[in-house]
Amino acid sequence: MTDEIPEIGSVTGTGVPVRGNDIDTDQVIPARFMKVVTFDGLGEFAFFDLRFDEDDEQKDHPFNESAFQSASVLAVNANFGCGSSREHAPQALMRWGIDAIVGESFAEIFAGNCLALGIPTVTADHDAIADLQAWIDDNPDGEIHVDVETETVTYGGNTIEATVDDAQRRALTEGVWDTTALMKSNADAVADRATSLSYTDV
Amino acid sequence: MSEGTLYDKVWEEHTVSELPTGQTQLFVGLHLIHEVTSPQAFGMLQERDLEVAYPELTHATVDHIVPTADQSRPYRDGAAEEMMAELEENVRDAGIEFSDPTTGDQGIVHVIGPEQGLTQPGKTIVCGDSHTSTHGAFGALAFGIGTSQIRDVLATQTVAMEKKDVRKIEVTGELGPGVEAKDIILEVIRRLGTEGGVGYVYEYAGEAIETLDMEGRMSICNMSIEGGARAGYVNPDETTYEWLKETDEFRERPERFEELKPYWESIRSDDDAEYDDVVTIDGSELEPVVTWGTTPGQGIGIDDPIPEPASLAADKQDTARRAQEHMRVTPGDTMEGYEVDVAFLGSCTNARLPDLRRAAAVVEGREVHDDVRAMVVPGSQRVKAAAEAEGLDEIFEEAGFEWRNAGCSMCLGMNEDQLEGDEACASSSNRNFVGRQGSKDGRTVLMNPRMVAAAAVEGEVTDVRDLKEVTVA
Repeated sequence: MTDEIPEIGSVTGTGVPVRGNDIDTDQVIPARFMKVVTFDGLGEFAFFDLRFDEDDEQKDHPFNESAFQSASVLAVNANFGCGSSREHAPQALMRWGIDAIVGESFAEIFAGNCLALGIPTVTADHDAIADLQAWIDDNPDGEIHVDVETETVTYGGNTIEATVDDAQRRALTEGVWDTTALMKSNADAVADRATSLSYTDV
Repeated sequence: MSEGTLYDKVWEEHTVSELPTGQTQLFVGLHLIHEVTSPQAFGMLQERDLEVAYPELTHATVDHIVPTADQSRPYRDGAAEEMMAELEENVRDAGIEFSDPTTGDQGIVHVIGPEQGLTQPGKTIVCGDSHTSTHGAFGALAFGIGTSQIRDVLATQTVAMEKKDVRKIEVTGELGPGVEAKDIILEVIRRLGTEGGVGYVYEYAGEAIETLDMEGRMSICNMSIEGGARAGYVNPDETTYEWLKETDEFRERPERFEELKPYWESIRSDDDAEYDDVVTIDGSELEPVVTWGTTPGQGIGIDDPIPEPASLAADKQDTARRAQEHMRVTPGDTMEGYEVDVAFLGSCTNARLPDLRRAAAVVEGREVHDDVRAMVVPGSQRVKAAAEAEGLDEIFEEAGFEWRNAGCSMCLGMNEDQLEGDEACASSSNRNFVGRQGSKDGRTVLMNPRMVAAAAVEGEVTDVRDLKEVTVA
């Protein structure tokens, strides 16, 4: 059992901007890399088809740039992570080195998958994100502080107001984002519910 | 907040507890699993020394990686074989029923659940697959989850969720000839956007929905997620009950059907239910819809011009420009006449028996265009068998289609069925994302099954209503 779930009040690190709306999880990790039975090693395949051409030569992509190789805060635009429910997507980002994502908006299943891994998905408005992305380009070594508790993102002397979904904020800051043990502790109530439902035969 | 809707009632019925995060711990009535998203979850259970809590409420199939041509074991693709073997071991150890290909019951998870009667009104249904929203067609609350949540469900038969708002989408009027359920949902996504449904559950209602068969309702609920809504549903009615009566669950047990019916009736949205939002669409004005871009929201009526990016909302312009470059389309043109290299009739959206029947009626007596490779991938082994009993396989094969075994196939290109290079595909599937069908330069045009059939024979995107001697009811 995992008894100790870390409390995640904030994430601090350098940033990497990936621009564009509606970046789907097929872009984050193409389906052919999901023919595996563990998540190990997925990091190198993050954004693979956007990073490499047919001959496996590198294309222009922030994840290829040497300046961003130690980044842990990903800055994205609207509806990031739409499409397939594959947890392989946040797993690949996490294994690449991402610990927090700041964006205009996130697809619901993707945000839930991030939460289950302890990765905050923090939102801010279009202009604030555009400014942050531009700043990261100019300051690839600059530190970004994503504060889940106070719902702010601080970088280069600026602090922007951000939003963290209430349940996500509590789950992260109180260390209850891994829900298995918590829900298992209600096994009796679950059993009661199972027998009270008209359609179950358990 | 909504009140008195099916969503409110099913949510309350399945609530186990309120978690410290403010989320609800929700009981899961049916957990469907497949080979791609479950192995890691079983691995996590093992690491934590946990067992599957309710194997009898869990059901497995294999669909994403299964070959649709040669299915002899071991599979030629070693990675696919490994995933299949892993699933076989996991379900055997846990005592989970598995509709594997030897049973005759295998198929795409969202096709087999309904056809076996596992999918029922008022159930909570989850699966590690975003198209789980399909099952909402029966008045179930059904949504996709990630692998860590699969672990939660395997270990506890519950999932941690936040309650969403409910948007009623009322589609009024009667659909015109040649217009199908697929066109309704593509229009919904075009109007409300690919993220318009984030934070919402969609309730589909109105004459154009109520007059659809169950397969049509499934096509609509299936693509709720493409509009950002994790779940979508239709209130159960006589059409739903007639379908259920014929399933494994109730065919031999009419008394069980009668026993459950009052519950199904009770969870229908009340006449005076309150919704967080209501959207009305006039179904009688719809045309067959095709996509011109690389998100399912980039659709247009077959006679409509491809939009000028500058005419779109500011946040859609950049995506539209990139999509038009990828698809090599020109604003102002219609999609009619767009050349296709491949026609794919399959997927959890549109590979059920009525879909194949309608497409076969278009194909009958015609030939697939010389420059097109066309394939039919039935949604399940049962769909395939039923289609063969009607002779649909012969119609397709005589026309030049390949007639394959059941699986997800070219919808997402995880098996051998993939686009090559920059091929353009007329597809009855659900996603036109770049790279989705297996080639990063591939081009996908989403459309209804009859439109796929028409594109296959003409070699280009074609208004099926213009084909001679085709009666499009």
